[in-house]
Amino acid sequence: MRAVPPIHWPAVAPVAALGVTVVVAVMLRSLVRRSAWVDDAVIALTLVGLAVAGGFVVVQWRIVRSDGAYQAVAGAVAVDGFAVFVAGVVLAAAAASVLLSRSYLRTVGLAHGGEYLVLLLCSTIGMLVMAGANDLLVVFVALEVLSIPLYLLTAFDRRRRASLEGGMKYFVLGSFASAVFLYGVALTYGATGSTSLPGVAAFLARTTLAESGTLLAGLMLMLVGLGFKVAAVPFHTWVPDAYQGAPAPVTGFMASATKAAAFAALARVLFTGLDAYRSDWRPAVWALAVLTLVVGNLAALAQRDVKRLLAYSSVAHAGFILIGIEAANQRGRAAALFYLATYALMVLGTFGVLAALARRGERFDLECFAGLGRRRPVLAGVLTVLLLAQAGVPATSGFVAKLGVFQAAAQARSWALLVVGVLAAVVGVAYYLRVLLVMYTGAEADGGEGTAEGSPVPPALGAAPVGVDAGTGIVLAVAVAVTVWVGVAPGGLLDLAERARLLF
Amino acid sequence: MRVTDTWYLVVGALLFSVGAAGVLLRRNVLVILMCIELMLNAANLSFVTFARRLDDVTGQVAVFFVLVVAAAEVAVGLAIVVAIFRQRRRGATADDVSLLRG
Amino acid sequence: MVELVLFVLAAAVTLGGALGVIIARNPVHAALHLVAVLVAVAVFFVMQQAPLLAAVQVIVYASAVVVLFLFVIMLLGIDRRESLTEPLRHQRPLAIAVAVALTIEVAVLAGHTWTTGARTQQGTLSGGAVEVLAENVFTRYLWPFEVLAVLLVVAVVGGVTLARHSGEPAGADDLGEGRAAPEPGEVPGP
Repeated sequence: MRAVPPIHWPAVAPVAALGVTVVVAVMLRSLVRRSAWVDDAVIALTLVGLAVAGGFVVVQWRIVRSDGAYQAVAGAVAVDGFAVFVAGVVLAAAAASVLLSRSYLRTVGLAHGGEYLVLLLCSTIGMLVMAGANDLLVVFVALEVLSIPLYLLTAFDRRRRASLEGGMKYFVLGSFASAVFLYGVALTYGATGSTSLPGVAAFLARTTLAESGTLLAGLMLMLVGLGFKVAAVPFHTWVPDAYQGAPAPVTGFMASATKAAAFAALARVLFTGLDAYRSDWRPAVWALAVLTLVVGNLAALAQRDVKRLLAYSSVAHAGFILIGIEAANQRGRAAALFYLATYALMVLGTFGVLAALARRGERFDLECFAGLGRRRPVLAGVLTVLLLAQAGVPATSGFVAKLGVFQAAAQARSWALLVVGVLAAVVGVAYYLRVLLVMYTGAEADGGEGTAEGSPVPPALGAAPVGVDAGTGIVLAVAVAVTVWVGVAPGGLLDLAERARLLF
Repeated sequence: MRVTDTWYLVVGALLFSVGAAGVLLRRNVLVILMCIELMLNAANLSFVTFARRLDDVTGQVAVFFVLVVAAAEVAVGLAIVVAIFRQRRRGATADDVSLLRG
Repeated sequence: MVELVLFVLAAAVTLGGALGVIIARNPVHAALHLVAVLVAVAVFFVMQQAPLLAAVQVIVYASAVVVLFLFVIMLLGIDRRESLTEPLRHQRPLAIAVAVALTIEVAVLAGHTWTTGARTQQGTLSGGAVEVLAENVFTRYLWPFEVLAVLLVVAVVGGVTLARHSGEPAGADDLGEGRAAPEPGEVPGP
């Protein structure tokens, strides 16, 4: 009889901290009658929990820097710079989303914030587990733990039809992707005799497979499953509906933290587990990257709803990050991490502005933004900086991030992908500028032909007084400050991303 | 004739194909959920077969976890379906949930 | 010989039931076909030395999950025939192409060996599968086991959140119709 494996507490401390927070929050919400202070107490509790988890993540980073990376809990958890870096991004995104949520939930009239925060925390737990998942079974479980709360959060605003339908669509396609991923895990397990990623790598290192069909089928199915989660074309069909349907702070969370966690799992499966089959998965990732860049950018050009536009632009950004993965070198991984961190801040800030402008039955048709530059100059200014950063304008973090993945592609000699990426970046500027143009000139750029859903002229955004509360203000200020600061002096974050290496 | 592992794996693969085709073909949300269950069962069957083939317990542990995940997934999915139907009770059918509209 | 007969029977029920699920027009019939598939898969589990999983499969899957399906079908009153006409032009050929591609892949793979001679890296199955399974769940796979607990919290919280009536006054939303009247008393949290 084996004993229970020794649990190295620093390795699981962030997850444990969030788990305790979830339990306390559920108890608080169920034992105390509903009143205003409970909602605020749960928000404060959530922020404290996230801060404590963040503190543990800093401790982990110190341990990894001084003692080196290691595995914990019977090899199921990898504690390495890569996992810790992603965990930091995920926790920051979760905290920002919580800060945005308070005033948003009040304004749009979603009374019960407790469940909302509990689900957000559970999803964050799944992402933390995923960042350090060292076993394909853990990846699968983490995938479900992070996805299922997001389905529910997307459908959270039950009064809006788009919200419920977006949630349903996300649920169906997400579960489909999970099932595909699981079958891929089964085939990989059958071919290599292990689900542990180092175990798979060790088997492939000492064995040459005569018949690699099963393993390759498993690899491709896992790639499809994770492709859904990172929103790569052609597995992106859920993105616009889910992003449009979800409450704005949740959309920001999905675009930043989910992407980071899913890319972490993708990198770990490909680099730690199946590095021996690099020549087989690189063409597949190449095709995914090209399709994602082309379709994401072109579809974004055609959108009339700003939330859908941002959804397609988020698909396009996944394409840029895939360039870094395709490069399959240390610089590519560091560039992908840097991209994820900077994009997370930009997109959270962008959806923060949308959340601040949101009203009941929120609508974000492009027309609604006409004249926003005059009515709400500060919010419009914040949006301008963040959209220009997403477009990759120099002196913003977006420029440095794009430059990083292009350098990695050049180092890996993927010239074709590099060219597609640069062209996609140029096309990308167009639709961000279109939003800015509408915002400041008030004129529709290309002569609009009526709104998408055939309703009368939607109300202009920001016409009613907008109260930006402290939480939203902090998020927007930090997002803009960091975006510009990293754009001017990227050294510190680049250094962090460079040091965040995989264990194997 | 001896029944080999490959037979089981082929049944699993066919079950997976049928389930995947069902998800893409059907438009009733509940039937789509059932098709996803078919796919999970195909994976489970493969896991158990590989576990015996490899004489390794991991495959069986995986099935154990998948059963829990599937139950939670169905509970959440059906909750969303019920919420949608309650929202527009008047003459709604599952067809109204326009999935996969791209 | 017994194994062959059992295998052919279970395989026939599995694949026939699976086709039944995706062909049946009535959701209730689809659910009943699903039961047949789940039980047949449980038979496979028994044949593959996984008796505990077979029992769990029948108890949790074939019973609880399918009852949940049937309950929702009845609750929503959608046990009527679904039109099988497809509004999306490319959807059906695409789906059939995917299925054919997968089946061809299966046929190709079936001609080859599926397994690669990898051997166990963990505990063997001999000496009672249930004990080995239990031991591994609480040792080597302790971490995913603990994380699954979060999933159960999510299922409970999510179910309660979505299923209860909103405490909002009617007509305040952008639909304004087809909604249940707000409940007078408030519903406690999860």
